[in-house]
Amino acid sequence: MYIATKAFYLFVSIIVALVWGLTVNGIVRKIVARVHGRIGPPVWQPFIDIIKSNAKRSMIAHGVMFYFGPVFRFAGGLGTYVFIPAVFGSVVFENLSFSGDLLLVMYFIFFGQLGMALGAGEGGHPASAIAVGRGLAQMTAFELPFALSIISLATQYNTLSITDIVAAQQAGVMSWTVFTNPLATFAALFALLGMNMHSPFDIVIAPQEIPLGPPTEYQGSLLGMLHTNRGIFVSAKLILFMNLYFGGALNLPILMVKTFAIYMLSVVVGVAFPRFRADQSIRFFLGVPTVLGILALLIQ
Amino acid sequence: MKSTENKIIHPLENAGVPEDQRHLYCDASPRPYPALNKYVERFLNWARANSLWILGYGTGCGAIELRPLLTSRFDISQYGMNPRPTPRQSSVFIIGGYLSVKTLKRVIRSYEQMQNPKFVVGLGSCTVNGGMYWDSYNTVNRLDYYLPVDVYVAGCMPRPEAIIAGFEKLKSTIMAGQAEGANEYAERFDWYKSNQKKIIKDWDMPDYNW
Repeated sequence: MYIATKAFYLFVSIIVALVWGLTVNGIVRKIVARVHGRIGPPVWQPFIDIIKSNAKRSMIAHGVMFYFGPVFRFAGGLGTYVFIPAVFGSVVFENLSFSGDLLLVMYFIFFGQLGMALGAGEGGHPASAIAVGRGLAQMTAFELPFALSIISLATQYNTLSITDIVAAQQAGVMSWTVFTNPLATFAALFALLGMNMHSPFDIVIAPQEIPLGPPTEYQGSLLGMLHTNRGIFVSAKLILFMNLYFGGALNLPILMVKTFAIYMLSVVVGVAFPRFRADQSIRFFLGVPTVLGILALLIQ
Repeated sequence: MKSTENKIIHPLENAGVPEDQRHLYCDASPRPYPALNKYVERFLNWARANSLWILGYGTGCGAIELRPLLTSRFDISQYGMNPRPTPRQSSVFIIGGYLSVKTLKRVIRSYEQMQNPKFVVGLGSCTVNGGMYWDSYNTVNRLDYYLPVDVYVAGCMPRPEAIIAGFEKLKSTIMAGQAEGANEYAERFDWYKSNQKKIIKDWDMPDYNW
């Protein structure tokens, strides 16, 4: 009985995260379009795109790994989300969080991209191979300040449990990590810019440069799976950052406001700066963000 | 259609590609995919019509009219349309005006790589009857001998407003369930192939590449 209830709650939680992630994506596309002086697609466009991708009648495949790529990517997004307690103190949205979940979540953020790299490699498109190389290099670079920031947090709160970290920030706004450990927060926010793949760090998808990067050969329901993952993964990342640095959320409306505000950082930077070259992006992450991360670690 | 034109090539010979590379390409001709249940199909057609992804391949001088469509003056993303750089993910192929024999080869390869259902929009008079190039030695005159076309937008060149009107027409065709160009291409595959091979003398590519 307990397992059935838990599974039902998890299902509800995943659906909410998915719908919220896709809606945020739609809103962001609209905002970016307004900054360009365009009208922009409707907010629900990501949903229509997913339905349409799944409505393709024919599909081609390049091998077994080609199928597994999107599956791994989706599992990575899903795995990241289900181990993060989304709403502090809520039974429905606590997901599968446990005492060491922070390390597992960090692993899952990596996992999807590695799976996608294998799948895209089997697709055989030259642009995919270029993008996979860029993506893994950039991911290694932004993982460094992120990991330093996480270690700083773990020493600060003396725990690896996300729930405990959120609980320690409940004494008021001034107890949020962004105020108690600003260096770690800024190092991680720089890493978030890289994770969200908005300009200037969109060197992986890089439209107009290398056609679409890893998903160049993907179509039909495989592409639909990648788009679905985009919704859930965005939710997962933003909720993780909200939990670690901005005091978590006690209910869904606060979660929505906070995650949206965190995403706006990527959008503001994205519409203001043109794309980096691959080497510039990697050098950037190994510069100021890493120094901030090391300082945050030394101070603790 | 004469009976001599309707020669059946099953399985495909891929005679255009070198012997040692033939195993890399498929040797089965495309097959039509039946529509689903009426109500399901109506819903899916609505989604298809509202999420048209354009193959970003400028095939003629008409492609110049697509730039203002994509940017802030006539922003077609408000109708759910987007340029895609890869044929695998696109659903609309815009033939932007005259088609030289050389471009036709690339157009056929790109079109065949798109997934069913797929739609073709012919832009400008050149795709209807050859336009100002009707007696040229190097361009094709009627596009629908070589690819199934869903919508023609006449003009030389059609203004972006006319192209948007053409897209609206395409949308209503899709929603009515009549834009089955991909199935038509599969059903009349031999006729289309023989027409294409009549024009393209140096056929050095596979007969069909998904």
